[in-house]
Amino acid sequence: MSDQPLNTVGKSELRRDGLSHVTGKTQYIDDIQFPDMLYLKMVRSPLHHARILGIDFSEAEKVPGFVRAFTYKDVPKNLYTILCLIGVGPDEEPVLAEKEVLYKGEQIAAIVAQSEEAAIEAAARVKVDLEELPAVFDVEEALKPGAPILKPWGTNYFVYEGHPFRRVRYGNIEQGFTQADYIVEGCYEPKPIEHAPLETTGCVAKPEANGRITVYTNTQALYFSMDNTALILNVPFNKLHFVGGTVGGGFGGKVDVIVEPIAALAAMHTGHPVKYLYTREEEFHVSSTRVAYRIYFKDGVSKDGHIVARQVTSYADSGAYNRHTPYAVTKHAANISGPYDIPNVHIDAHCVYTNRVPTSAMRGFGVTSASFATELQMDKIARKVGMDPFEIRLLNAYRNGDMRPYQKVVGDATLVEVIQSAADMAHHPLGERFQAMNSWDRANSPARPEPVSAQKES
Amino acid sequence: MASKIVTFTLNGRETEVMVKPLTTLAKALREKLGFTATKCGCYEGNCGSCTVILNGEPVLSCILPVEEVEGQNVLTLEGITPTEGLHPLQQAFHENFAVQCGFCSPGMLMISKALLDKNPHPTKAEIAEALSGNLCRCTGYDPIIAAVQQVAAGSNGNQGGSHE
Repeated sequence: MSDQPLNTVGKSELRRDGLSHVTGKTQYIDDIQFPDMLYLKMVRSPLHHARILGIDFSEAEKVPGFVRAFTYKDVPKNLYTILCLIGVGPDEEPVLAEKEVLYKGEQIAAIVAQSEEAAIEAAARVKVDLEELPAVFDVEEALKPGAPILKPWGTNYFVYEGHPFRRVRYGNIEQGFTQADYIVEGCYEPKPIEHAPLETTGCVAKPEANGRITVYTNTQALYFSMDNTALILNVPFNKLHFVGGTVGGGFGGKVDVIVEPIAALAAMHTGHPVKYLYTREEEFHVSSTRVAYRIYFKDGVSKDGHIVARQVTSYADSGAYNRHTPYAVTKHAANISGPYDIPNVHIDAHCVYTNRVPTSAMRGFGVTSASFATELQMDKIARKVGMDPFEIRLLNAYRNGDMRPYQKVVGDATLVEVIQSAADMAHHPLGERFQAMNSWDRANSPARPEPVSAQKES
Repeated sequence: MASKIVTFTLNGRETEVMVKPLTTLAKALREKLGFTATKCGCYEGNCGSCTVILNGEPVLSCILPVEEVEGQNVLTLEGITPTEGLHPLQQAFHENFAVQCGFCSPGMLMISKALLDKNPHPTKAEIAEALSGNLCRCTGYDPIIAAVQQVAAGSNGNQGGSHE
């Protein structure tokens, strides 16, 4: 450690946006107004799954203040997937629905009007002719033969490098089970959660004299939004100027790119600033939620509390579209074996499409659900073996130098010390040998079974 | 229906605003008068962000037609912010990290001021009860309560817009 005095570490620094917040001077999206601003409201699907036979705008056009309607035909590159920027594909979510809607609340047509009231009225008068189709709401049902197929590639799952699910293979799971004294099974179902930020998702897109569009947005992912918007509008990135950074609560709910592309398109076509801000009802009904999972565990455990084999089959409900869930499932697969050194691991993590509202990022997405399930399972194992729940975790905790199932050597382990501190703070007594453990060696841990073979698969 | 002019006292100043019938106080303040410190998280009276003080009583401005305040006294966050420095509640919110995303803060400050104006030394339970209609999704309720307690502890009983 340096002897240099620390100026900031160990001290509380006041928030740099605090003064602006307590005086109400922070500018959020709904605070932005322009005299010639138009308001955008969506025509949404009232059904979970339907074929679109026709759209009739004739009554909407009669509403005083109506400016124009937009359908998928107006969107230069209507199909996108947010994570195309990191190589995820294929494009599968429409900005505005084309032939089919896959969830209740899906965007079908955008109405732009001179007042918010007129936009609401006009959107309500749009007649959409829909033919209802069978819907599927359960991840395992969606994978069964005969389930309604939602994706043009003919299945209801995301494809990971040619595989129908994200796989992790380490050691030999079957031989691992033969070494076990107990088999402990469990099923865990973390549910979808709405982020419900106090400020709803929204943006204002404003055409500038130089031909650029300025987009004021409360996105959590400014460049992600800008790049996706440019791709969707088929314009060079430098045609767009995104202004953001102030987010009235996000929690992962504002990393999707939903409002900006269509608002920017409407601004380009009308020549006016356009505001598209979710109502509270929309925020609850149509914004992405946290991913729901169904997670099956089968663990092989020895009498002394070592986990010798862990097999997990997990189904993530992506809802109708990708959003950030294919990526979440990869993180989920990497973390579902927990921060534990398990010699034989077999993970199948499915990213499944259903007719539910799309799911996406939320606070540690993919990992939080994995930790929830893993730690409930650890408690279950502790009860089965008759061990203290702190001590069974200390026994199995990974140490520096251990190999993770996804073939990465642990170099920054602190789990043993964290559990010891937690036990101390909770006044939970630990056995002497558990107090003496550390993350750097296994001196106080009994020998553990080695992986059955160093088999390595992709 | 024809628009009408509503006259009321806003932060100590006589104010006129021309509105369509049933325009809410929040919309009139924010969109007609440019007083945007008052926030709207739901526009349906559920989240408390739009809380302002009407004749000393906290009200949800997003569901109150502005015609209802004709001739009356409305106080918003702009009205308690001194020309220099901060109101003791603003100072305490800032110092206690009672603001995170900041969106609920104006409502939290106004409901807290309404409480302290009536009850300068509330118990923690009374503070929690007063704030119970105001949502903070960043879930920073403890620092908010601590900030109000700090002001109450140092309070001389006069929170009427002055600062020390």
